[in-house]
Amino acid sequence: MELNVRLFALYRERAGRNTISVALGDGATVADLTDEVRRQLPELAPPEVKIVVAVNTDYADYDVVLQPGDDVCLIPPVSGG
Amino acid sequence: MIELTSDALDPEKVTAKVRRDTNGAVVTFLGTTRDNFEGKRVLSLEYEAFDEMALKKLEEVRQEIMAEFGLEQLAISHRIGTVGIGEISLVIAVGSPHRKEAFYACHKAVDRIKESVPIWKKEVYQDGSRWVACEDHEFSPVDQTAGDQASAETHAH
Repeated sequence: MELNVRLFALYRERAGRNTISVALGDGATVADLTDEVRRQLPELAPPEVKIVVAVNTDYADYDVVLQPGDDVCLIPPVSGG
Repeated sequence: MIELTSDALDPEKVTAKVRRDTNGAVVTFLGTTRDNFEGKRVLSLEYEAFDEMALKKLEEVRQEIMAEFGLEQLAISHRIGTVGIGEISLVIAVGSPHRKEAFYACHKAVDRIKESVPIWKKEVYQDGSRWVACEDHEFSPVDQTAGDQASAETHAH
């Protein structure tokens, strides 16, 4: 499946674009997605920083299995307030 | 009771939402934009939100805090876009029959918003800019449950 992954704030600026396209096999998990994202964009986050992922507007654990059409977003460290 | 807006925030309006004749206390918190970071002068701040999720998470925080403290009135407004120095970026208003719960609930609401809601701020300096990260940026929202004690927030407003 091909997922369009949305980027915000710091990640958007580091990637130089709003979305990236990620190709994943059936049954791929959020962990597989972040591995692929790091391969495509190593500059996005240093290895020691966990990339937080939201699937369908909820934070998703790394073992969550992705489905075609899922709304997937990468969430850099938040700083509201 | 939840609002994300690029307009200037009016604390009176947010506070009015939680006023009831049955309440003996209202606590209103204002987060305001600071003009300095580690000796550098901050010219302005840029707030960005993942709108759909931010609104949902703000409502979750609201429900969680009201349930924990047995309250019925809690309003949150967060500004997005460019915010000048000394302006209000966040208003939280809590109405309560008694003051104690209102203070605690307001404090916890600020902490939860800062750690779990997908909103980001960028400090703009004369010679560049920086996306601010919560000091406890190793925090992983999915590992937290509603009952957990929020970690100490040192990046206080």
